[in-house]
Amino acid sequence: MSWWPVIALCGSAYALKALGLVLGERLDREVSERWPLQTVVVPVLAALIVVQAFSTGRHYALDARTPALLVAGVLVWRKAPFVVVAGAAAGTAALLRVLA
Amino acid sequence: MPQVMSGDPIVRGALSIGVATGVYAVSFGVLSVAAGFSVVQTCVMSLVCFTGASQLTFASVIGAGGGVAGALPPALLLAGRNTLYAFSLRGVLSGTVPKRALRAQVVVDETTAMAHAQPTIHAKRRAFDLTALCLFSAWNVGTLIGAVAGHGLGNPRDYGLDAMFPAVFLALLAPQLRGPDAVRAAVAGGLVALALVTVTPAGVPIIASALGAVPVLLAAERRRKRVRR
Repeated sequence: MSWWPVIALCGSAYALKALGLVLGERLDREVSERWPLQTVVVPVLAALIVVQAFSTGRHYALDARTPALLVAGVLVWRKAPFVVVAGAAAGTAALLRVLA
Repeated sequence: MPQVMSGDPIVRGALSIGVATGVYAVSFGVLSVAAGFSVVQTCVMSLVCFTGASQLTFASVIGAGGGVAGALPPALLLAGRNTLYAFSLRGVLSGTVPKRALRAQVVVDETTAMAHAQPTIHAKRRAFDLTALCLFSAWNVGTLIGAVAGHGLGNPRDYGLDAMFPAVFLALLAPQLRGPDAVRAAVAGGLVALALVTVTPAGVPIIASALGAVPVLLAAERRRKRVRR
């Protein structure tokens, strides 16, 4: 395989990251204090959870990931440690798939 | 030693994210070599591109015969959220120009979420750097193993790892839901993504969900003006 696809992907991926950094630094201090930039990330994380848990490709999917997310939700609510949440979710899904 | 104690969850969080990501990296290595990339090319992608979802999409479209023209747009749409992340990390990505340029390379889902889940700027920086270190090592070692070993390592789904990532992001989102505005932004973002996921190319639902923050920011601005008056 030629190196061009690799270079194109790597170059543009870094450019996208650097672009955000430069734009963020250009912002006025006043603007960034008034509008907490973190607010932008909250809906994106929520979207990431929804897409990774409830879809496969471009289809909706309810499978072993759904109960795993519910288990994780309860543990997060009960303030369980991070490792426990991650392990319990993976364990739930793996177990359900073995049983299925 | 309260400082070391309070630092523990960050280290543990970073390590567990690293382990999960490492297993996914193995599957990227396998997929990429199967798609026709050499072991060296596969490793260079993980080192230099370093954004998992884009790399996986890129390799699978090329593997399916889609060519670079077919593979690059979806990969870039997926990588586009890193722009938003880097933008949101103003003040966290500190240091000299070379240091910031280096930190920009490791702006991805996990590092951003770990940083924003912390209460103070100091903890945010520490969480970002530690997660970046674990993630970068695991992603590249995993890629190498997958690329060299090839098939026969099993499917990450069998270990429930595909269910682990939404759970991890939920644990990272929860501490950020301080106040009704943040909750509203999260619900709006989730709904936007859910509405778009079947009708738009991969990556679009994630980027578009950032719009969920707009009404919340505008409402906060209106309240602020009212208070001033």
